[in-house]
Amino acid sequence: MIWNEFIETADREKLKEIQNERFVKMIERMYYNVPFYRKKLTEAGIEPGDIKSIDQLKDLPFTVKDDLRDNYPFGLFTVPQNQIVRLHASSGTTGKPTVVGYTKNDLQLWSEVVARSLTMAGVSKEDIIQVAYGYGLFTGGLGVHYGAEKVGASVIPISGGNTKKQLQLMVDFGSTVIACTPSYAAHLGESLVAAGIDRKDIKLRSGIFGAEPWTNELRKQVENLLGIKAFDIYGLSEIIGPGVSMECEHQNGMHIFEDHFIPEIIDPKTLEVLPYGELGELVFTTITKEAMPLLRYRTRDLTRLHVEKCACGRTLVRMEKCMGRSDDMLIIRGVNVFPSQVEAVLLEMSEASPHYQLVVNRENNLDTLEINIEIDDQFWSDEIKTLENLKKRFQHNIASTLGISAKINLVEPNTIARSEGKAKRVIDKRITNIE
Amino acid sequence: MIIKQLSVFLENKTGRLTEMTKILSENNINISAFSIADTADFGIVRCIVSKPDEAIKALKEKHFSVNITDVVCMIVPHEPGGLYKALQILSDNNVPVEYMYAFAFDNAASVVIRSESNEEVIRVLEANQMKLVKASDIYQI
Repeated sequence: MIWNEFIETADREKLKEIQNERFVKMIERMYYNVPFYRKKLTEAGIEPGDIKSIDQLKDLPFTVKDDLRDNYPFGLFTVPQNQIVRLHASSGTTGKPTVVGYTKNDLQLWSEVVARSLTMAGVSKEDIIQVAYGYGLFTGGLGVHYGAEKVGASVIPISGGNTKKQLQLMVDFGSTVIACTPSYAAHLGESLVAAGIDRKDIKLRSGIFGAEPWTNELRKQVENLLGIKAFDIYGLSEIIGPGVSMECEHQNGMHIFEDHFIPEIIDPKTLEVLPYGELGELVFTTITKEAMPLLRYRTRDLTRLHVEKCACGRTLVRMEKCMGRSDDMLIIRGVNVFPSQVEAVLLEMSEASPHYQLVVNRENNLDTLEINIEIDDQFWSDEIKTLENLKKRFQHNIASTLGISAKINLVEPNTIARSEGKAKRVIDKRITNIE
Repeated sequence: MIIKQLSVFLENKTGRLTEMTKILSENNINISAFSIADTADFGIVRCIVSKPDEAIKALKEKHFSVNITDVVCMIVPHEPGGLYKALQILSDNNVPVEYMYAFAFDNAASVVIRSESNEEVIRVLEANQMKLVKASDIYQI
């Protein structure tokens, strides 16, 4: 099923016409309404009249997260406050939160892209969807909520956490779709098994998972635990929230809704635009959002784009699952390390649970990497030698994937901070030690 | 003759063992035999308790990683050569032993044995008139 066939299967030339028209108007709005953009564009020697086509994007300045913080809270809004009907904010791990605003039209556009996304996962008005993303300042809960209502599904706004209640409603209400973070989905699946609930007693069929990086191995695990097909949804609050792109039933990358968000891939070092198919940092320009449009916003997510038409009939560009973030990337003893690589190793080995944590430190000017891995009742015997062997195999497989060795610590179940929201995968002690 | 032994994975952290025994105590579960195998960063507690199924449930509820391992328990005389004679029987019959631990009281000593082939241990020891402890008896000790 396709929600908006006109756009989603549009001829790419036609799509570009729509993009050009919207892009030109957006540059005008930015230039005349936001001092920050007027200054940036002027410095780049650009006036609104100069912009005719999205081909000129590559010559325009970037926007980064710090720009949002510097203009905290409402400095990047292009409309007066009385037109803003919703505010969201992302938790700022360092400093101030990132604030985003929405007009009435923005909320409609957001519902539209989420409706398209859910339709890709086969969600219709026949479904009962349990929205276990957090509701509140985080965009996950309310974003999926309004899209699901637009589709006409029955929405259970349960929000994140309270696992017992989640399982109870899943059984009693007969939820057919669950939307949450992938790590919480794994937690729900494990809890389902632990609670002794028969999979026949639940009607779940699809899962809509996003808001944190996850691997295909975790996908398989969640699919097995919950007996569902798991779909990847992508989004970030700065651009709109969930619904920037979404995977269709062919699971061949996530279709980006290009009539609203224009993607580019750049080399994070040279900032040059890279061709389709090459790995680099994902950059978005919003061309329809009213309250807070963004020009060439650097997401820090690393991925590739593919433009070939998908078997589902959609012509929209597809992005691969993100490899990690250019700022999540750890450099340990000079080697680039992504937490997602560790996850992939663990999940390839059937004995591992997907709960792990990287601890990076520096001793005598040498980087050290320790990986805490939770053991699982099913996978250990009480003989020390089998546990020592398991540890050695973790060590060996991780070293051959990462290219550096790590000390493996087997830890008790449920001791690594669990994510009702996002998982804390990395503790980098070097940062505090250096300063 | 097979006895259910609890095996509990514990990180080497202060208070962890105390917490485990506290849970057993709160559930009115008695410990009959107890040993710890330790490595640099974790240990495995092996113990025989009065109500193994209840114990495993109580510990799992508190997120301990627990497994049940089958073991055999034999009685040997509490005197020089008591253990030697028993082990001689096992090695003469090529029965491998993974690990064992023992406790002595009065005139006898109990030896808990874990082998890849527990059935073989039972068969060989019984054939040689060694005394084994029944599960129902040891849970009462």
